[in-house]
Parts: sequence; structure tokens; C-alpha cells
Amino acid sequence: MIKKILFILFFSLSANAALDITISQGKVEPTPIAITQIFGTDSDTARYGNTLRQIINNNLTNSGLFYTVNEDLYIQSDNLVEKVPRFEDWKLIKAQFLLSADVSKTEKGIRLRMRLYDVFNAKEIEKLQLTIPNEDLIRRVGHTVSDIVYERITGETGYFDTRIVYVSEIGPLDQRVKRLAIMDQDGHLDSHQFLTDGKNLVLTPRFAPNNQIITYMEYKNNLPRVFIYNLKTGEREIVGDFPGMTFAPRFSPDSQSVVMSFSDPNTANSEIYLMDLNTRSLSRLTNDSGIDTSPSFSPDGQKIVFNSDRGGSPQLFIMDKKGDNIKRISKGKGVYGNPVWSPRGDLIAFTKLTQGNFHIGVMDTNGGNERVIVRDFALESPAWSPNGRYLIFHRQKRSNLDGTGGEVTIHFIDITGYNERIIPTPRDGSDPAWSPLL
Amino acid sequence: MLKKLFMLFVAGFFLASCAATKTEEGGNVDAASTSASSSSGGEITAGTQEDLIVNVGDRVFFEFDSSELTVDAQATLDAQAAWLTQYPDTNITVEGHADERGTREYNLALGDKRAFSVYSYLAQAGIDTNRMEYVSWGKERPEVIGSDETAYSQNRRGVTIVSN
Repeated sequence: MIKKILFILFFSLSANAALDITISQGKVEPTPIAITQIFGTDSDTARYGNTLRQIINNNLTNSGLFYTVNEDLYIQSDNLVEKVPRFEDWKLIKAQFLLSADVSKTEKGIRLRMRLYDVFNAKEIEKLQLTIPNEDLIRRVGHTVSDIVYERITGETGYFDTRIVYVSEIGPLDQRVKRLAIMDQDGHLDSHQFLTDGKNLVLTPRFAPNNQIITYMEYKNNLPRVFIYNLKTGEREIVGDFPGMTFAPRFSPDSQSVVMSFSDPNTANSEIYLMDLNTRSLSRLTNDSGIDTSPSFSPDGQKIVFNSDRGGSPQLFIMDKKGDNIKRISKGKGVYGNPVWSPRGDLIAFTKLTQGNFHIGVMDTNGGNERVIVRDFALESPAWSPNGRYLIFHRQKRSNLDGTGGEVTIHFIDITGYNERIIPTPRDGSDPAWSPLL
Repeated sequence: MLKKLFMLFVAGFFLASCAATKTEEGGNVDAASTSASSSSGGEITAGTQEDLIVNVGDRVFFEFDSSELTVDAQATLDAQAAWLTQYPDTNITVEGHADERGTREYNLALGDKRAFSVYSYLAQAGIDTNRMEYVSWGKERPEVIGSDETAYSQNRRGVTIVSN
């Protein structure tokens, strides 16, 4: 039935990227793009056009890889969906790429047509036509168009049509009310939803890499346990229902298992376990009297990086997926934690406490080439964008004896260390995690 | 890409029907984690949390990144064990807490070890484990708000809560 009311046409003219941007380049000069007015045929479609233009503009600008040429400079003001642009006019104002689109109503719903032009080479490089049944999907259309433009021009996978799950915080710091919440990656208030009611403390949500399921920890009846939450069905269930604390959950790359810490109630020693979500069978991966926690799989599923104080202070270690060949990889001075394997497989993000400050950094998977991306009094919970180019994390201010301070906010940063910005949340926010592309 | 776009619209229908809760937060916040209030000047009832706080001491403190009981802590726990022996009908939950200078997950593990240090010390002192439970709150429930060592030293703690 859904299929019947959808009418989608999509043409991709070429698989080659117009620019080739790689992370190792360091700071990238943003590419100038012009985005024409997104034309409508009546007041509704004009409004959709404005919203779409704003979403696309914000997304591309926030990526740090684009800037939009000031509209006041535009010489040509036509709808360029069906008309060939006067490329000379756009070259003159130094727009390297040009996006034009229009919105109209058809009997199938709301129709968007988009054209992307390479101004310097005077040619169309992408075109798209799609129809949505109602305006509820406008924001997602804006994110999807942004992804197509981003992918076509940079050659990297986009990340705009994604969501961020995080912990919304309110109340005094010693009695914080924490709720799971979810929003589009841009933090737009229209997309914001709470997922839990705040009665139970919830911590550390993480997305499955292949679907809309999250895993997190909740104090249900004051017992700290790992849960999974299917965002499509609303179903929630405990997966770590053992007589001791279960915590620090993360999905395996195939989303079929959860790797987590389980604290043996007879020793209170935390070990890392793997639970198969289909069979509910549990296998133990570590066996050491130290704390073993914060496991994170490599994207090929062959290795796990984790945090352990087995050598005395908390450091980062790597083991095979069965728990063999444990090797310490963190080499610098300081207390390490929160290791997270990049979805590209090449880097591990982490936190490090040294000289009174937290650092978020990345290192090669053998611990080499450690570099700090951001440093502050309190930083935590690095999480990768699905394309492995950006990190989100939280930053907390110092608190004071009178109960003031301690504000905690979610931030976005390019792993080159440039282009940091706050992702707005209606209340304080912590423990962010990124969804895969929707 | 075509498939992705199609999935977009299929997924869109779920957004409308997604069972997200929208109620306002409220209700009791983790009643077990709050510390007992102090005396309001009246008589202290023997065998209560208040009695434990005033006449014995309900908590012990830990060094940074440590779950070992200090000499002072052991003295406090010896007194707690005596008190628990004196009031055999009381059950307790031991809470383990950490300061804010560690990751959330590591501190959950550390809080668990701290709570267990208290729990097992009391067990060795003869308290029946059927009367005791323990739980970690990591760095989630500081006793003292503040980002300095004075606050941290009071937050790295194990607290004995009378649960009946």
C-alpha cells in the first residue's frame, strides 16, 4: 500500500566524485556552492521550499566542507531545474557548484525536483525527482538531498539523514533526572523526541550499526542492567538480566550481538561478555581481576578494543573477538577510557585524563599516531559519525559547592580538530550516539 | 541509492507511529540512592538509618581510583558490623560511588568494587549476606556538588543504607 502512493524517480549520472576529499588532508578549504531559491507553485510549496533550502544550507555549511555563496551576489535568479544556468554568471561570483530545486503538488503528494551543476565544467552532475505523501517527511527530504550533494561532490558517504540518541539531563547535579532522547543529527527541535519518562536513571545509549535499535543501561528497580529498545516497535527488553550489574553495552557490527560488561556478584569484578541476541547465549571474553569495560568492536567484527586497569591504571587494550591475544595499545601518559572503533576501521577514538584535563583523541588501531582533537576540564563519550569523518561527544563545565555550574552539552567536531560546534538540545545533553544512515 | 530513497519513505511512516513516550518527567528519583536526612531534633529511633548515621557512621571513603578499605574505613565498618549484630532485623543495601574524574563506565565498575569491599568486609565480620545487597551508582549521585578535591574525596564513598 505504501508503495502505491510513492512515486520516486532517481537518476545518477556518474559515480565519480567531483572533488576528492580525504581525511588525511587536514583542514579542508570549504567548497563554495550556490543554492538558488527552492521555488514553489503556491504558498505551501513555497514554504516547503524555504524549509528545504534552510536544511540543505545548514547541513552543508555545518559539515565544514562547504560554504554557501551570499545570495545577494547572485546574478541569475531563475528556477534552474528545467533551464540551463548561465554558468558565466555563477563563475563570476565564484560558486563552484550550483544547486537548484523546485517543489510542487501532484496527486501523489509533494514533488521535489533538484539539479546539481558543476559550474566550472558547465555541466549538470546530478538530478533527482522524488515525491513524498505529506509534509511530515520534508526534513528527511532535506537531509537526503544534502547527502546526495555531499556524496556527489566530496566522494564520501553522507551523514545527514541520521539521528542522534542521547541522554537528556535536568535537575540538581546530585539528583539528576536523565531521559533517553532522540533527534535529527542537526538537533532541530521539530525532530526532538523523548524516549523514556525519567523515572529510572538511564545511561550510555548506542545505536545498532544496521537498524533502528538502541542498547543502553537503565536502573530498573534500582538494579543497573543492559536493555535494548526497538525504536520502530517501541519494544524494550532487558538483555543483561543476571544477578549482577550489566553495563557498557555496544552492538557488534552485524547488530546481532551485544558486547558488554558484566560484574560478577560474588566478586564485583567486571568482565567483558558477548551476548547473541538471537540465541541469548552468553560468552565470556576476558578473565582478569582488573576492571574490564567499554568494549567496542572493529567494523569487520574481528577485534575488540576495551578499557582495563589490569596493568594498574586504566588503559586501552585490543583482543580478538574470542578474547585471545590481548595487547595494550595506549602508550601515552594518563588515564585512558571510552575507546570507540571508527566505522572506517582505521582509527580508535578515546578519552584521556592527564594533567587535570580530559582529552578526546584518535589513534591508529595499534596505538600509534595518537593525536588530541579537543581538550577541556571534562569531556566524555566520543561517538563516530557513520562516515567516520566526525565525532560527537559531551563537554561538562565545572560545578560549584552551591550547586551551580556543571552544564553539559553535546558537541560536533571534525576529526582534524576543526569546525567544532554545539548540537543544540532543549535541556542539557550527554552520552550522544549516532545512528546509521536511515 | 534507489533502495535507500525508497526505505526513507517506508521509514517515514514509522516516525508517526513510533511509540515514544511524551509524558513529563517526574515521580521519585531513585529513592534508594538518596542519603538519609538528618535529625530534626527529636529522639533517634534505635536501629534506623538515622541511628546508624549519628551513632555509628553510615559511610566510608576511598582513595582516588581505589576500592581498598582504609584503616579508618575498617574501623567504621567494624562499628557498623556491631550495630548490625545488635539489630538483627535490619537489612541493608551498600551503595558504591565514584568521583567525577573518570569515565561513566569505568566509574560504574569502580563503584561496584567499592560497594563490594564494604559488603564483603561486613560479611567477614559475621553479617549474614541474606541481609545485604550492594549496588554501584558510579559517578551519577554525588554527595557533594563541586569540581575540586574536597568534593571528590566525599564522593568516593561506600554508603550503608538501611532498607527496611
